[in-house]
Amino acid sequence: MEEYSVIGKPIPRVDAVEKVTGAAKFAADFSFPGMLWCKILRSPYAHARILNIDTSRAERLPGVKAVCTGKNFNGWTWGFMPQTRDEPPLAVDKVRYMAEAVAAVAAIDEETAEQATELIRVDYEELPGVFDPEEAMKPGAPVIHDYVQNNQSWEFHMDYGDVDKAFGESDIVREDRFETGKVVTGYLEPPSAVAMYDANGITLWGAKQSPYFVYRHLAACFNLPLNKIRVIQPFVGAGFGGTKNDSVAGDFCSVLFSKWTGRPVKFAYSMEEVLTTARRRHNMIVFSKMGMKKDGTLLALQQKIIAEGGAYTAIGPLTMYLTGAMTTLPYNLPNFRHDAYRIFTNHPVSAAMRGHGVTHTRFAAEIQMDMIAEELGIDPMDIRLKNAVKAPHETINGVTVKSCGLTEGLETLRNTESWQLRGKRATSGRGVGLAAASYLGGARQLGHQSCAALLRLCEDGTVNYLTGATDCGQGSDTVLVQMVAEELGIRMEDVNIKRVDTAVTPCDPGSYGSRVTILAGAAAQKAARDIKRQLSEFAAREWKVQPDELVFRGGKVFVKDHPDRSMPFSKLAKIACYSGSGAVILGRGYSQYGLERYDWDKGLGNPGTSYSFTAQLAEVQVDLETGVARCEDTILAHDCGRPLNPLNVHSQNQGGAVQGLGQALYEGFIMDQGKTRNPTLTHYKMPLSTDVPRVEVIDIITEDPDGPFGAKEASEGCIVSTPPAVVSALKDATGIWFKTLPVTPEKIYWALQEKNGTKSG
Amino acid sequence: MRQIEVTVNGKQEKIEVRPSETLLEMIREKLHLTGAKEGCGMGECGACTVIMNGVTVNSCLVLAVEADGKSIVTVEGVGSKEKLHPVQQAFVEHSGMQCGFCTPGMIVSGTYLLKKHPQPTEQQIREGIAGNFCRCTGYTKIIESIGAAAGNMSEGGES
Repeated sequence: MEEYSVIGKPIPRVDAVEKVTGAAKFAADFSFPGMLWCKILRSPYAHARILNIDTSRAERLPGVKAVCTGKNFNGWTWGFMPQTRDEPPLAVDKVRYMAEAVAAVAAIDEETAEQATELIRVDYEELPGVFDPEEAMKPGAPVIHDYVQNNQSWEFHMDYGDVDKAFGESDIVREDRFETGKVVTGYLEPPSAVAMYDANGITLWGAKQSPYFVYRHLAACFNLPLNKIRVIQPFVGAGFGGTKNDSVAGDFCSVLFSKWTGRPVKFAYSMEEVLTTARRRHNMIVFSKMGMKKDGTLLALQQKIIAEGGAYTAIGPLTMYLTGAMTTLPYNLPNFRHDAYRIFTNHPVSAAMRGHGVTHTRFAAEIQMDMIAEELGIDPMDIRLKNAVKAPHETINGVTVKSCGLTEGLETLRNTESWQLRGKRATSGRGVGLAAASYLGGARQLGHQSCAALLRLCEDGTVNYLTGATDCGQGSDTVLVQMVAEELGIRMEDVNIKRVDTAVTPCDPGSYGSRVTILAGAAAQKAARDIKRQLSEFAAREWKVQPDELVFRGGKVFVKDHPDRSMPFSKLAKIACYSGSGAVILGRGYSQYGLERYDWDKGLGNPGTSYSFTAQLAEVQVDLETGVARCEDTILAHDCGRPLNPLNVHSQNQGGAVQGLGQALYEGFIMDQGKTRNPTLTHYKMPLSTDVPRVEVIDIITEDPDGPFGAKEASEGCIVSTPPAVVSALKDATGIWFKTLPVTPEKIYWALQEKNGTKSG
Repeated sequence: MRQIEVTVNGKQEKIEVRPSETLLEMIREKLHLTGAKEGCGMGECGACTVIMNGVTVNSCLVLAVEADGKSIVTVEGVGSKEKLHPVQQAFVEHSGMQCGFCTPGMIVSGTYLLKKHPQPTEQQIREGIAGNFCRCTGYTKIIESIGAAAGNMSEGGES
């Protein structure tokens, strides 16, 4: 292994001091003189026609400067694909979910704006709603969008190998129905932005994890060229996909109000608005059919997915793609059929969330594999080791794995005390479960996919680093600076990373699909090498050597094997910048994919650049009287290629696992005729410090050839593996298989009652 | 409007406040101390935690008029960039934060906890931050950070 100076070291985050002192500015921390506040009026009905909106009373309230409704956006709508642009900034003719945005007010302060929204009178004609995807698919169900039949928002199919023949050849075939919960990302910073519209166009300081999405949306909505759209990224209070990858009503309304009034306009959603309207994970029904040989060899998997899409399409088609295309990992699977249906309902919109698409089907497949292992009398560890893919590997749908630490991860877990003592502890209600997962990193979609980096060498040897990549908390600013510093052999504090400003930084797709470290990292590496190349030419001339003989390390540049021929990096920078009449040293780089196939319609090819592998143990303690379950320990053996900053990789994986634990045991929206009954963090049951175990992370180091310094993704694999690991542990503790998430104490209690009743009867 | 007198981070202030204004609004909008955050506005998330007369409070649940005559410490008063408080230093070294939105509240709760329990058990740390949600870290690194700060502070005290 090559010895690096900063790569692979547990280095504090570059933004840590700003964050611990409260100096880090988030969107809602920005204020400007003359600034107005924008507040949104939301629908009290889940499905209703808007007959009339009377804003006159609101307009007359002192302090109110403007009021807008859906009609002010002239029919503009947005969406993931040209044929799915079904969502308006504010509802126009119809509301399709409760709390959908209907009108907005700009006023001199937040209180006045809020008061004014209550003075807007909207006449609705309530329509019958549909709140269950299986009901919504039936003929005669209420129609949510006129442009589709049976409320089918999207469908996606894959068929590889010969599934029917394989089931015929299987010694055991199981069919089960699984269901995942209605869960939300759970960032603590509600969406917020300050908008300014002036002669230069639009400036938006917004809480966005993909600032270039809103940049395109605003250009389209306000009919301006992209060079007039300036989205500036403050610190972002986490994202996890969905809402902060997208635009929200407040963005469009604030910009419109600023255009009308000439004043800056700010909005900040309340947590109740977040929990009643934010994009959430699709809840899915997974009908899974799995066939195996007696020795535990996996032969075939067939799954039918019914996904609740909520009221609009958003990024749902990609969810349907991933939920199928990624099921062919992490085990050898020669025959696979996948039929996915995304169904509109009168609920808030489902979209991407960390572990996008994969959490659902992997949960079903892991549990079903355990069920079959139990029937066959095979140890859950052995059945996974038997089927685990090994690199190099190409799945039946053309997903190529170049590095894989799954077998090593499973073997590592096998040797832990937790696994060794499984079933041997006298404590009743104790259980240990195992699961494995794979997740893509360096996600690919359709359209512009490249990350870019621009490095500007200053004459004192420091560097300005412009990137379009967004650190929404995951730590990418730190790891990207590590990469630039490593390449140039300089200190991290000599690299100043700039946050996104679309007027200055290069275009970038944003933070999703674990793409930043891999793709923005590749761009950073290339840009640093571009600087090195230019500097090497100056140094080579000086020392009369070839440019490739020069080494950049420890703040110095020297001739390889001749450490005496050396000068400080800063001196070389000065010489280069002052050469002749003066030079400009800029480093450029952008990530590039190969030209390998990727078939969006068939689920064929690589949805990512590389794939992480996770093996996980979870240990639970169940109170067999009350049904209260606690996860008391969990161990992740995680292959992220090479952890470039182990401290932050562990923290990411721990966070992903705890978010997954929330989905397994605690979290879920309780919906009643379209109304969210638990729109608070406490009642939604996001885990607190007292609910979670210590999470141990063991690095399984592989070197991925396609990652910068060998890196792959971290944390998305862990949110995928946690729910099945926990549910498998619950089975070990109670003898009961739970197939519906979250597994609440109530579900455990009643299942135990039923089991004990059967026993005594 | 009513004028109140309040000491914030050691500095005496005279501030005009509305009857409905919360302490959080006052410190963010009148004093421009934006470290404390509004996450939920209903006392659940803990991102707005400050110390009032020596005790942690959710500043979104306290009216500004209730702070009249009292002493407030916000994250900005815990330490400075030049001289971090040991809890802040430990959060930096142990990566006790990701996005940083809950961090001001965590730092304030952490310093308060160590005042009450200079040598806390892991369970006491967990309970000390049980009023502060964090979605990014899964809490492990935050608990480690506060534990490390306790260790460093006691070493400092002995020397």
